[in-house]
Amino acid sequence: MQESELRALIEDVRTGELPRRRFIQQMVGLGLTAPMASMMLMQAGIAQAQPAPAYKGTKRGGGGALKTLWWQGPTLLQPHFANGTKDQEGSRVFYEPLAVWDNDGNLVPILAAEIPTPQNGGVLEGGKVVRWRLKKGVTWHDGKPFTADDCVFTWEFVRDPASACVTISVYKDVTVTKVDDHTILVSFKKPTPFWATAFVAAEGMVIPKHLFGPYAGAKSRDAPTNLKPVGTGPYKFVDFKPGDVVLGAVNKDYHMPNRPFFDTIEMKGGGDATSAARAVLQTGEYDYAWNLQVEDEVLKRMEAGGKGKAHIVPGGDIEFIQVNVTDPWNEVDGERGSVKSKHFAFSDPKVREAMALLCDKKSMQEFIYGRTGFATANFMNNPERFRSKNTKWEFNIEKANALLDGAGWKKGGDGIREKGGKKMKFVFQTSINGTRQKEQAIVKQAAQKAGIDLELKSVSASVFFSSDVANPDTYQKFWADLQMYTTTMTAPDAERFMDQFKSDEVSQKANKWSGRNICRYVNPEYDKINAAASSELDLVKRAAMYIQMNDMVVNDYAVIPLISRPRVRGGNTKLVTTLSGWDLDFSALHNWYRESSPG
Amino acid sequence: MGRYLLRRLLIALPSLLGISVVLFTVLALAPGDPFSEMALNSNVPPEVQANLRRQFGLDDPIWQRYFRWLVAMLQGQWGFSFISRVDVDKLILGRLPVTLAVIGASQVLALMIALPVGIYSAARPYSWFDRIASTLAFVGFSLPTFFTGLLLILLFSIKLDWLPFVFRADISGSGWDWWWQHIKQSIMPVLVLGLFQGASWTRYVRSAMLDVIRLDYVTTARSKGLREYAVIMKHVVRNALIPVVTLVALTMPQVFGGAIVTEQIFRVPGIGSLLIDAILRNDTPVIMAVTFVLSCLVILFNLIADLLYGWLDPRISYR
Repeated sequence: MQESELRALIEDVRTGELPRRRFIQQMVGLGLTAPMASMMLMQAGIAQAQPAPAYKGTKRGGGGALKTLWWQGPTLLQPHFANGTKDQEGSRVFYEPLAVWDNDGNLVPILAAEIPTPQNGGVLEGGKVVRWRLKKGVTWHDGKPFTADDCVFTWEFVRDPASACVTISVYKDVTVTKVDDHTILVSFKKPTPFWATAFVAAEGMVIPKHLFGPYAGAKSRDAPTNLKPVGTGPYKFVDFKPGDVVLGAVNKDYHMPNRPFFDTIEMKGGGDATSAARAVLQTGEYDYAWNLQVEDEVLKRMEAGGKGKAHIVPGGDIEFIQVNVTDPWNEVDGERGSVKSKHFAFSDPKVREAMALLCDKKSMQEFIYGRTGFATANFMNNPERFRSKNTKWEFNIEKANALLDGAGWKKGGDGIREKGGKKMKFVFQTSINGTRQKEQAIVKQAAQKAGIDLELKSVSASVFFSSDVANPDTYQKFWADLQMYTTTMTAPDAERFMDQFKSDEVSQKANKWSGRNICRYVNPEYDKINAAASSELDLVKRAAMYIQMNDMVVNDYAVIPLISRPRVRGGNTKLVTTLSGWDLDFSALHNWYRESSPG
Repeated sequence: MGRYLLRRLLIALPSLLGISVVLFTVLALAPGDPFSEMALNSNVPPEVQANLRRQFGLDDPIWQRYFRWLVAMLQGQWGFSFISRVDVDKLILGRLPVTLAVIGASQVLALMIALPVGIYSAARPYSWFDRIASTLAFVGFSLPTFFTGLLLILLFSIKLDWLPFVFRADISGSGWDWWWQHIKQSIMPVLVLGLFQGASWTRYVRSAMLDVIRLDYVTTARSKGLREYAVIMKHVVRNALIPVVTLVALTMPQVFGGAIVTEQIFRVPGIGSLLIDAILRNDTPVIMAVTFVLSCLVILFNLIADLLYGWLDPRISYR
């Protein structure tokens, strides 16, 4: 996919030959996110699609109770302290950002009066400065007016390291200044093509200055509002029990007409995914359930009753295998898996390629995931002319055998290949999770036929994903030959996501294994393109670069992408939700309503 | 008596200290850390995590952390949860009412089953009633609560659609409706826990009764011509219940501790689910506080059981 081809496509969208939605789908197919694609169109001066006015509510409130189930309940309601999405979702009921991402990657204004674009003078100096115009007449739940001061304060609050906010990375390198009561300027240190980070989506929720003002910095934990949120959102705070329940009631002064639909909202936590699915799909006790990590078979059986259905929302999460090119078993320079060492087999690209050929992604999709996963949609769903010749995947044991034969690995008497006295035995690790163990088994079966002995190792998730420096089994140490997990792409921009292959991010002893390059992939050319991409102002050029980087790691077999995992949510058949794969579930909560029963 | 009490309390202090040391070291040595959820999120840079660890003092040596905790605890400060950044005592107090109600009700149910069934079985050993009761009791305590819980859900929630299986502590409404909804949602968890506990207590009551019923004084009472009812209730039950009272007193800490498995199945927001969530998220201050309070209660109820025992059985004296 070349830059020129992208430009041609964008032209097609401009002339109307290519529907906007198709363009975004194609970009997603290439490994870009919908918001990135949408920003590209915006830079080219193509207006955003008007989101379909799906909302059919005719008056505020009166819709009864909205009961939602989260098998991990929110533990805190301060959006900038959030430990994970569950906390962001809980906060999102009450707090709002300036804009959110819809499922097609459009920016939709919430507290902003309009989305800044180069055309309306909102994006200045090529994205170095962004001018946000705020909606007028918005009030906090306690009646105080919402102004630019609150935005400036949110920035000051979050960027102070003493406040210990998890969103600090979004705000620490920007400067926010007030122009007037309803206009702010967000200035970046350098021109930033993907500027929609601060005040946007999950990390952009604005908190009230008049309540958090006295608690900035080290006192941040003492703010009473941490537990009793006062926001601008569609529902007002009623009650909160950490880990158990969040209750809200209709905000009679909400700033959007006829919204919200429901009188009350409940977020109930605890339990497990299967019983959550049951409560929504089978008994209808609840209206909506988050993250149904349940086998598709089971979901289908529950849906049969007709009370609820599963919503499958495409997103950026991917289940993949990392191939270790360093030696995980022997210490070199005082550490296992040192970048200076070489893996006895995987340092040969042919062996890595053979390994990739042995991953039967299709069976994984068919027999394990069903509707809830797609065999690396990345390179499959594209029109033929975009498919890079080197990035297709196949499952082919004969070819793998031929490759390994060619690389000098001969089968021994026990059917296991060896070379130079070294047997082809690999340790393949992942976290304990029924689905993952099945995937491991599928790979092992194929590997056996190619003369590779895979030892399957599964580590308790709380150990595998911990950042415990003392533990040898964490995914960050990657002291195994192969490992598998899902990396989530919650950010709409690929920049941080693609840091995962930068050589200065290598996870090693020197950085206490906190580097993000877990598979310790080192490629000077990749670094060069990555550096160029981060300062590239032209979004189309930048997108082409990310596609190139994506192809590079896949063709080098540093990673083997397996399954693209959409989000799976459960909803009552009558509940109409507006879900986005690029933002929180509750990013458009104000638009949720219930269809009246027929007749 | 007073001196005995004082001595017991003094002995309790070093054991509590010892318990806290063991708990703290085990927790500190256990793998995992409270911010692992952030590690997978590509938006949160590792520095944020490192900064939080530093702020919450997780990078200090274990002994420093222990003494910090101990000093704070002695001053009545239980610390705050790393995950929700809320004070631990608030978290525990928030969960206490539901725990006491649900677990308490199940214990009452267990007693209401165990006493009559156990007494009647022992009064007529190897009768049909005794055989059936014994069989049911064996079935009752052999079936784990997660199994009976799921069975009840399948039957009452999914097949019959009578009872809700998601427990909501925050039911709005008042009066009869409020009570009715609470009772409706409590039926299944209380049944599961009560039947399990009741089954084992039934066996216990029965054997305690059988120990007493064949003593000479019972025969004497019978030969005096007392009615069977009076013999059993006045002479046998009173004495047989002494060990049962001790047993019940010793299970009282459980009422506060909640029932982890059952609470998880029915989403009861009790102390058990608080504990398991804290363990899964490596939220050390919460785990520490809950387990420590439980050990205090175990020690306290041991003392109470001993005192009760002496009061019920005058032959025992305190020295």
